Amino acid sequence: MMGENHVGDQMAAFGSLCLLIALALAAYNLLAGAVALRLLATGRQTAVSPERLADTARRAGIAGFVAVTMAAFVLVWSAFANDFSIEYIYEHCNRALPGPYKFAALWSGQEGSLLLWAWLLGTYGFVLRLTHKQDVKLYAYAGTILASVQVFLLAILNFAAPPFSLFQGAPPEDGRGLNILLQYPEMVIHPPMLYLGYVGFTVPFAFALGALMMRYPGEKWIRITRVWTMVTWLFLTVGIFLGMHWAYAVLGWGGYWGWDPVENASFMPWLTGTAFLHSVMMQEKKGMMKSWNVWLIFSTFLLTLLGTLLTRAGLVSSVHAFAQSSIGTWFVVFMGLVLAVCIFTYVLQRSHLKTEHHLESLVSRESSFLFNNLVLLTACFVILWGTLFPILSEYVVGNKVTVGAPWYNIVAVPIGIFLLLLTGVGPLLPWRATSFKSIRRNFVLPVIAFWVTLIVCLAVGVRPWVDGAFDTGHFYALVAFSVAAAVMTAIVSEFLRGAGVISRQTGRNLFSATYLLTRRNTRRYGGYLIHIGVVVIVIGLAGAAFNRNIESEMALHSKMSIGPYTLECVGATQDTNPNYDSEYALLDVYRNGKKQFQMAPEKRVYLISGQPETMVAIHSLPSWDLYVVYEGSNPDTGLPIIKAFLNPLVGWIWAGLVVIVVGTLIALVPSLSPATASVRVPLRAAPTEPALKGGH
Amino acid sequence: MATPLGFNSWLRVAQAAALAIAVWFTLGATDAGSRYTDLNHRLMCTCGCAEILGECNHVGCPNSTGELDELKTGIASGLSDKEILNSFVGKYGAIVLAAPSGQGFDVVAWIAPFAVFAAATLGTILLVRRWTVGRTQAVAVDMAAMDPAARELREKIRRETGGDGGI
Repeated sequence: MMGENHVGDQMAAFGSLCLLIALALAAYNLLAGAVALRLLATGRQTAVSPERLADTARRAGIAGFVAVTMAAFVLVWSAFANDFSIEYIYEHCNRALPGPYKFAALWSGQEGSLLLWAWLLGTYGFVLRLTHKQDVKLYAYAGTILASVQVFLLAILNFAAPPFSLFQGAPPEDGRGLNILLQYPEMVIHPPMLYLGYVGFTVPFAFALGALMMRYPGEKWIRITRVWTMVTWLFLTVGIFLGMHWAYAVLGWGGYWGWDPVENASFMPWLTGTAFLHSVMMQEKKGMMKSWNVWLIFSTFLLTLLGTLLTRAGLVSSVHAFAQSSIGTWFVVFMGLVLAVCIFTYVLQRSHLKTEHHLESLVSRESSFLFNNLVLLTACFVILWGTLFPILSEYVVGNKVTVGAPWYNIVAVPIGIFLLLLTGVGPLLPWRATSFKSIRRNFVLPVIAFWVTLIVCLAVGVRPWVDGAFDTGHFYALVAFSVAAAVMTAIVSEFLRGAGVISRQTGRNLFSATYLLTRRNTRRYGGYLIHIGVVVIVIGLAGAAFNRNIESEMALHSKMSIGPYTLECVGATQDTNPNYDSEYALLDVYRNGKKQFQMAPEKRVYLISGQPETMVAIHSLPSWDLYVVYEGSNPDTGLPIIKAFLNPLVGWIWAGLVVIVVGTLIALVPSLSPATASVRVPLRAAPTEPALKGGH
Repeated sequence: MATPLGFNSWLRVAQAAALAIAVWFTLGATDAGSRYTDLNHRLMCTCGCAEILGECNHVGCPNSTGELDELKTGIASGLSDKEILNSFVGKYGAIVLAAPSGQGFDVVAWIAPFAVFAAATLGTILLVRRWTVGRTQAVAVDMAAMDPAARELREKIRRETGGDGGI
């Protein structure tokens, strides 16, 4: 035992040393990089050439990554070694914890998740510094800015939230274990994905700020950062949806999004990042919106910091209370510094951001991008406003209020539907200007799809009133279904128009022509696929308006009915393992009198903490999810309490995510070269924009 | 040969369709409704779970059953929605409401998003119009100063390439 502790102490000391070395290297990277860039800018001669100094800074950044990696490894190793002499391991691990969750302990607490953040930033920086030959000077600026963020994180890790603090007194035999809500397979993936997204936005931020500082000529920096931005956006998207799925499958309330402040914190940078991905195309193609784009990426980075502040500082009430501490001041100060640097650089260099072109028409692709940005930023403001209003109210009138789902449903949902509409309208508008003839040609089918869907929905009973009273949820669902149909029609007809042209030119079948069309302009058609994914998700979200549930105590062979299903309790069973005890209710599910399948909702009691947790049983179909929760037993009767939900169209949400991932991956693949892509397009049959040119 | 529909014809078709849908929407609407469900979704559970009262799913929750009983009692005793909500606010504080009320400083919570959206939309439209008008004037000046042959060539190019082509 003494030997084990001795090794543990040494590992903790080694981990702390790694963090200290990493801080020193990051500080050197920042200072040497800044000095070198200043010397390059002024042209002053020194004993050491600025190029050489900048290269030493770059190498320090790479060495810093190695040091942070070692620190992260030590923490994970300590978790697997059950080294409870380290306080963090004691707080977040126990001996019976399964291996993957010991790995997840790295990000289950404040200190560990900050270490993960520093390690991911180090990893991004490592890749960036290895690929510096693309543009040595721009990469030097970006690397130096990344180093400044790394200095901030490592300063916190060394001085405010050290992960290798030792347990005061004799090390305990066992730890307190991982938060039971985090003991779910998706929790091994969701936080790293979210962090990859959060941290990843530091890279385009660094490039944007660096390009502005050095008055980078042209828009090449956008092309360099495009892959970074898209990959980051994809990680954040996947992270958000994994979180939604986790909430759905673990929390047992039948929903997936509760407008919790921490959920909102991840959604806000996603909105501004999405706006940036759209508006940056205007800069790339037309040299427009340069200031706007710079501020969009600045805001996105600042929102990731704000999100962390909200998550960690306990400023707002949240169910995500597993990583709160007093490091808020650090984040406030750093945000202030970042904002000051951004404003200062912008004011100094704003003449470099003069637009090269102006809009030519209110009805054009350019203005649709503008309105898309307007709506995305309004949505971001609405969510920020709703998240911070309780604080504001308490400050102004001393009265704390709740801003919950009903408020967001009234305020945010219409904005979301408008955004969905723009998703379909934007790509149908040509660049520069349009005509009524063009509008009519492109919009007839979507408008017909809208009205047909609306009428069919009303006819089959999707009506905006329930029991005679107007129902906002049903109304929004009806509008969402109709708009979704219009948008889907618009996008599919865009594919078909382009594919039809290729089919006529080359004699290929429509499927093969669609494939070739997509390969010839992956950005544009990958983007359209992402839009289809969004439409599919919106259909899934709209289904929530028709959720049903029923709760009942169930004696043996008693039954409950929901929708077309009848559930019969046929028994209960128990299981145990070193980590938790389980109870299962066994329910046979009948439809039209025939047994279809059996469901076994579970209730766990974790041995180390004594805390109970539900494990929902879900039977998922495209039309709905049958979602059954074993809530526990009635203390008076001893009978199990079962709550069953019938949640329409939830599967569409996860399917939509898959489409978005596929679309993003396609958009990341380079298009076929223009030489092999040129095809004569007859004027009359041409798609709204020549399918073979330009980007999305 | 059929004459294509003009803008006014399309507008009339759209107006007629909108009117038909509006009529359909109002058909069957009566005053009866599930007040209980509506109200329990406008209140929060006060146990600290941050759940809507009607969706709180904690077995043995110390507060939600009592709150739901109070709500049923309030409805049964003939109180209006406003009176019921006020009684909850009086007992648990404003935090029991799932959304800010429409009174006092809470009004700001409701107005700000729409005001910002309206201002941003108006600003964008004005900006686009200003840019567009500025460009049109610049082109007009440019055209006036142009050599007639060059102007004719430019017009020919414009006619042949069409006004709504892409890049």
